[in-house]
Amino acid sequence: MAVKGTVVIDKERCKGCGVCVVACPKSVLALAKNVNGKGYNYSEAIIDECIGCASCAMVCPDGVITVYKEKK
Amino acid sequence: MFNQDIVKPENLVYKKTDVLTDKIMHYCPGCGHGTTHRIIAEVIEEMGIQDKAICIAPVGCSVLAYNYFEVDSLGAAHGRAPALATAIQRLNPDHHTFTYQGDGDLAAIGTAETIHACNRGENIVIIFINNGIYGMTGGQMAPTTLIGMQTATSPYGRTVELNGYPLQITELLAQLPGTYFVTRQSVHTSAAVRKAKKAVRQAFENQKNKKGTSFVEVVSNCNSGWKMTAPKANEWMVENMFVKYPIGDIKVDGEIVQK
Repeated sequence: MAVKGTVVIDKERCKGCGVCVVACPKSVLALAKNVNGKGYNYSEAIIDECIGCASCAMVCPDGVITVYKEKK
Repeated sequence: MFNQDIVKPENLVYKKTDVLTDKIMHYCPGCGHGTTHRIIAEVIEEMGIQDKAICIAPVGCSVLAYNYFEVDSLGAAHGRAPALATAIQRLNPDHHTFTYQGDGDLAAIGTAETIHACNRGENIVIIFINNGIYGMTGGQMAPTTLIGMQTATSPYGRTVELNGYPLQITELLAQLPGTYFVTRQSVHTSAAVRKAKKAVRQAFENQKNKKGTSFVEVVSNCNSGWKMTAPKANEWMVENMFVKYPIGDIKVDGEIVQK
């Protein structure tokens, strides 16, 4: 079975810079069509392919991404 | 949201460190300052030195750094952070004083303080963010601006005849006998962030062992100043900034790394 991971993104803190979108090796993340309270298109997971590598969280300047990965 | 069922404390891989406050940073979206703040905070947490760390905030974009680090902080006059850090570290030799400075602060107005603090071999950590521009004041030319780079005060591009050469202050400081560890890193990819974090850790370890000045340059983007989106600014940085400012260690354990 493939590795199962997930990201929890704090929408209100996200500034929609898109750095995590480029960093994700599985193209899981994309900028949302909706905006948050500050008017930024926040980042969100669009497909169920996350492997919990935390690349997105590593490059996030605002530390809005929390990463979970299922233990085998 | 996918895989909600695995959101449990035992499955946690990565979470923002508590050494950073919950304030939303004022930095532009995608700015390297945020990432650099985070890795410094993570290193402080991992080393368990939160109650002993002292942050010296500079003047520049990171002037409000004391709002984000959950450690004791002071604001220095423009460019004078290494001088202030000298005093604090001498009075508190078992503490970890670090300065966090941009290129306008460290390489322009504060050149004298920086060079003399490094030459004296003060036991401080200097984190230097180099984005080749004065970010906070509106994107003016800095000493580190590249040749041909357009800024608010060099609208036709920087020229050698008029403005001289970009200042490679990190190479310059590596020549001084007081510096123990001099390195240049970046924070644009996850691999680079991990390497930069290792370098910051090394710098703080050197300080713990009272080895002398540790200097970590972080080549960063300034997407607002460069007038690009964050991912585009990172690409531009790799193509242009890394040519003049190559990533890697310059001085390790007091010896200049031969290339």
